[in-house]
Amino acid sequence: MIYAGMFYIAAFLLVAGLVYKIFDYSRTPAPLKIPTTPAPTTQTGVVYRMAKEVVLFESLFKSNKWIWVFGWLFHFGLFLVLARHLRYFTQPVWFWVDIVQPFGKYASLMMVAGLAGLLARRFVVDRVRYISTPSDYLMLVLLIAIGLSGMMMTFVAHTDIISLKEFFMGLMYFDVQPLPQDPILMVHLALVATLMVIFPISKLLHAPGLFFSPTRNQADNPREHRHVAAWAARLDQNN
Amino acid sequence: MAAAEFDIPEIKDEIEIPKLREGVMAHAKSFIAGKPVQDFMGYPHELGEDWKERAIDKMGDLLGKYRSLKVFLDACVHCGACTDKCHYYLGTSDPKNMPVARQDLMRQVYRRYFTTAGKLFPKLVGAKDLTKEILDDWYSYYHQCSECRRCSVFCPYGIDTAEITMAGREILNHVGMGQKYSNEILGKVQKIGNNLGLPGPALEDTLEGLAEDIEADTGVPVKLPLDVKGAEVLLVTPSADFFSEPHVESLIGYAKVFHAAGINWTLSSHASEAGNFGLFNGNYETMRKVAMRIRDAALELGVKRIVVGECGHAWRVAYSFWNTLTGIGYGGNDPFSIELQKQLDPTYPQPQHICELTNDLIKSGKIKVDPSLNDDLVVTYHDSCNVARASRMGTEPGGQFTIPRELIKSVVNNFHNMADDTIYESTFCCGGGGGLLTDDLMEVRVKGALPRVTALNNVVKEHQVNFMATICAICKAQFTKVLPKYGFDMSMVGGVHQLVSKAIKLD
Repeated sequence: MIYAGMFYIAAFLLVAGLVYKIFDYSRTPAPLKIPTTPAPTTQTGVVYRMAKEVVLFESLFKSNKWIWVFGWLFHFGLFLVLARHLRYFTQPVWFWVDIVQPFGKYASLMMVAGLAGLLARRFVVDRVRYISTPSDYLMLVLLIAIGLSGMMMTFVAHTDIISLKEFFMGLMYFDVQPLPQDPILMVHLALVATLMVIFPISKLLHAPGLFFSPTRNQADNPREHRHVAAWAARLDQNN
Repeated sequence: MAAAEFDIPEIKDEIEIPKLREGVMAHAKSFIAGKPVQDFMGYPHELGEDWKERAIDKMGDLLGKYRSLKVFLDACVHCGACTDKCHYYLGTSDPKNMPVARQDLMRQVYRRYFTTAGKLFPKLVGAKDLTKEILDDWYSYYHQCSECRRCSVFCPYGIDTAEITMAGREILNHVGMGQKYSNEILGKVQKIGNNLGLPGPALEDTLEGLAEDIEADTGVPVKLPLDVKGAEVLLVTPSADFFSEPHVESLIGYAKVFHAAGINWTLSSHASEAGNFGLFNGNYETMRKVAMRIRDAALELGVKRIVVGECGHAWRVAYSFWNTLTGIGYGGNDPFSIELQKQLDPTYPQPQHICELTNDLIKSGKIKVDPSLNDDLVVTYHDSCNVARASRMGTEPGGQFTIPRELIKSVVNNFHNMADDTIYESTFCCGGGGGLLTDDLMEVRVKGALPRVTALNNVVKEHQVNFMATICAICKAQFTKVLPKYGFDMSMVGGVHQLVSKAIKLD
């Protein structure tokens, strides 16, 4: 079964790629204190600052309201949509996944609207057009195509979700089941697998990257705490 | 070679986001450092045959040493949030002065040599082989960034272009394209003790002359001591304070503050410079060597406190990095740190900013001031980039904004802020920071000052502001030169301690 193999490979590349990247980021030292100030002076404060970045996109809000609106619609639409999709991977379905179903259904509209706005900016704003590479457009097109193909199955032509769930549960328990031969579903899944593969080798690394960003994750306490990286500490011994 | 002629931008009512004009600043190139300068720094002075390998090797080395560089090169999604945030873009309209585009000059090469996607599909992700044209772009545009971090405030991932500019300059140095201005200064500070190359005896003469001037002016014997062992405070200040105008007025201000408070203080000829251009070039070892002069002087003189004068990037290095680089600070439990800690007075922050010190003295009533002596002035305050976005004063986040303003308001009666989106963390760089304060980059400096000048012009029109205070030697030098090009009087710029100097009561 091609799709089963495809998802095993895609899942492996996604997990292995991300684990490697996270390992690589965490082993690379940050030799100097470079939080963008004003910054919190405690670790608790850093968690709060980071939470505001992750949930509210605080810096982006300060920067540009259009990008913020589109970006936030897209990401939180996607978040709800993904939460809704957990029903294909859990048996029995977790209670909160049940609760989120109707929200997730309409969140797809948020998601696609946000993506469309972001794509439009790449064409309309001269500064953004200048910095856009082909992959920047394609990434948005890919996500929009995933969103639209998914919405087709939700709002237009339902697919056989019972068999679909059997397929995914089968994958999880290494008991491969047939995938419903619905062309829209197959397009949707192929695009998702593509996204999984490119995630760890593309700008989608902004997701883990944010947590490792020294300007955001460092506390502002350099006078109180001596911060020295291993490679830099060796210099002290030569004095 | 005379700098190219250029038009001075027109000051508009508001800071406007210009339409792109590609390549309009590609010609701006500061002089390249020659052999003696590069030899001293241990860098080549011309491109060897293997320059490309050297550049890629150095990039790999930096990627392994700096998490910031690695994460920042990976994380950008080209959202465009930063594109209208850089004063050099706003002033020049050259798209390569947009922070993301400046980063992309390096990111395109990073992707080609260090990422799977860039190795497999270079066209798709905008990855490019390193060429001489790209290297020239690096030289030009990494010297049109003042490393002011304004973009990092607005980036959703906190990407700080300064980190990339620093890495770019470090790579350029390693292939033989150092910048004459910064590297000459790094030579002087290490050989002579300060960026201006002012030797010890000349410094002593200057300080004696200043003391005589103050006494003639006020009738009070205010001293400017040099190399006094056993003094309580070591003051480390930018060398421009010793004889540039208006910088020297602030030095006089510090001296009066110490005198009035009865603090036994000293300057050091060995550490007669707070500035540390090692920061600008992104070389940890150089920055550390330059900073070690302060530690050595403190140990030699046996001082109990280390105070830093008005200098923006120096305060960043002092506040954020001295503890790391030299153990000036608290919390270190290694022998290197403890040696200094046991000498320093733990009741004070180490290092301390002169504004923290003076503000505390005024608030506690230990020195007296009469703000009406500054009644001829209507004052505004320019937050210097490195102080605003890369350091702190006091105990609370944002103290770097409130403490200088508190201090100013205690010594002047008329104060007005510039527009909110041009001060505090959103402050605009003066246009001359980060190693750009050289005449061969005058066009970049003048155009880069446009956003700040626009905001200043508005408070001049609205509130008749006639003095812009700042706490940075580079800001002072830059504005003194650049403001007249926009039709302002150069004397409307000066230090916060220049205001203190006028208002302080010495008897």
